Amino acid sequence: MIETRGLRKSFRSRAGRETKTVDAVRGVDLDVAKGEIFGFLGPNGAGKTTTLRMLATLIEPDGGEATIAGADLRKDPAEVRRRIGYVPQGGSTWDESTAREELVLHARMYGISKADAQRRAARALDAFQLTEYADRKCKTYSGGQRRRVEIALGIIHEPKIVFLDEPTTGLDPQSRAHMWDEIRRLRADGMTVFITTHYLDEADALCDRIAIMDNGEVVAEGTPTALKREISGDVVLVGLDLAATPQAAQTLDGEPYVNKLETVDEGGLRLYVDEGATAIPQVLRRLDHAGLELRSIELHRPSLDDVFLTKTGRSLRES
Amino acid sequence: MKFARDTWLIFQRQTQLLLRNPVWVFVGVFQPVMYLLLFAPLLKPALNAPTQAAAYKIFVPGLLVLLAIFGGLFQGFGLIAELRAGVIERSRVTPISRLALLLGRSLRDVVSLMVQAVIITLLALLFDLRVFIGDLLLAYLMLALIALMTSAVSYGVALKVKSEDALAPLMNTVAQPVLLLSGILLPLTFAPGWLQGIANWNPFSWAVDGTRALFAGDLGSDKVWQGLSITAVLAALGVYWAARQFARSVR
Ligand SMILES: Nc1ncnc2c1ncn2[C@@H]1O[C@H](COP(=O)(O)OP(=O)(O)O)[C@@H](O)[C@H]1O
Ligand SMILES: [Mg+2]
Repeated sequence: MIETRGLRKSFRSRAGRETKTVDAVRGVDLDVAKGEIFGFLGPNGAGKTTTLRMLATLIEPDGGEATIAGADLRKDPAEVRRRIGYVPQGGSTWDESTAREELVLHARMYGISKADAQRRAARALDAFQLTEYADRKCKTYSGGQRRRVEIALGIIHEPKIVFLDEPTTGLDPQSRAHMWDEIRRLRADGMTVFITTHYLDEADALCDRIAIMDNGEVVAEGTPTALKREISGDVVLVGLDLAATPQAAQTLDGEPYVNKLETVDEGGLRLYVDEGATAIPQVLRRLDHAGLELRSIELHRPSLDDVFLTKTGRSLRES
Repeated sequence: MKFARDTWLIFQRQTQLLLRNPVWVFVGVFQPVMYLLLFAPLLKPALNAPTQAAAYKIFVPGLLVLLAIFGGLFQGFGLIAELRAGVIERSRVTPISRLALLLGRSLRDVVSLMVQAVIITLLALLFDLRVFIGDLLLAYLMLALIALMTSAVSYGVALKVKSEDALAPLMNTVAQPVLLLSGILLPLTFAPGWLQGIANWNPFSWAVDGTRALFAGDLGSDKVWQGLSITAVLAALGVYWAARQFARSVR
């Protein structure tokens, strides 16, 4: 659905007398499949918005090429515009307009007739549960309501692909969960959804596949599960009394499924294993055989932050 | 066809939003009326005009050109607000004509100026101003071209500088000499030669002279076609340049 090769963009910015060049995007290759939610995960300034704006025909790439929904980005940007929807990061509605007016106008900007635009607006308002506020000015909406209007704007012309730039940034947890449902609904309708986010949990829970971006480059790509598995296995935390810990360590050390074993100072063990789900029953059996009583057992899966840390040497939480 | 439709779409939207704001409607009507009622009485003595009507024939065209220039030049502020709200970015991802994005807005400005001009003309009629309707319509054409140019340029500059803080001083710096050197408020008849020499390079000076000639019923005067041609060419250039900014503006 989206295929990019070597997409590049630099900005020249003037600070006082000096001109500085920022390489915002340095050669991005992506392949996004039809009907998936593809996520762009990365810290602020990674180049996510710049990439999206290039794909949405808003800025011209310095280099590279892209095919979007079958249309060539460089040769036929007008056709790309017809096939995509784009919801910018910082909002796109006008304070003094109502949601209905915005939707009708936006549909008509795509060349849709007035009557059809009105029908589509009514349908979108209904689908996004906005009918109640449809004729109130946008400035009276809550953050979540306004964001839903903006997403509705992005898909009013039924595009094949919709780009959502940080759709949940600034929303409270409840509105975020609501927004995730809306985005999944778009996928269920057959749309390809390309979102950017700097939330680890969002990339993890919502996206079918993600690309991790840092400093203008894609540093990793794959399904969240595969990415996490790639870096290390799982960690099993075994809670034990301090007295029982040395014997337990002796019992489990050298078991074939334990890659590495550490003792915890307050009592207990940390086991590094490939697959937590298969290791846990074996651990339980061994300890039971040895007559050791355990207080708790926990499975820790590596997070996407661990992936980010491995690939960039920094934690996404800190940057 | 698509272009006309797109332009109409933007024009409608912008007009609707303007009318929704009662403050703007009030200011737009009230301001010129104040000029006419409070400033004009000083003119007869100042201009050494034989009658009040004669003074109005000089002052009203100047006032109208002034409104056209300023009405246009400050439209950029509204655009910066739209830019910040993301409305422009949202429009630019649709296949709508880039020229229509500009022209729909500029035409709204032209029409609102025309409304102001008609109100002022009607009021001035009460003060014994008499203008032949054909001349008046040509004068309105001149005003429309001026407003089209200044509003287009203002939009183009707004897209370039992207902040009110930069736009305000820029527009003031441009507007001030243009205003002083065009003889808008007082004709440059009594100005020393060097001042008139500079004014010759000011296109608005030609526009004012042309408009005054029309109000004086002097349709055959060279100043009329000169003023009209200069403003028409500048309006075309302004629109062309500003539409390009809409096509490639970044953020
Ligand atoms: N219009 C611009 N002019 C100059 N620099 C820009 C512009 N847009 C983005 N940048 C710079 O490019 C880099 C990437 O920005 P962006 O794509 O917005 O990142 P993200 O969306 O991942 O936070 C940043 O360093 C940013 O400052
Ligand atoms: Mg961004």
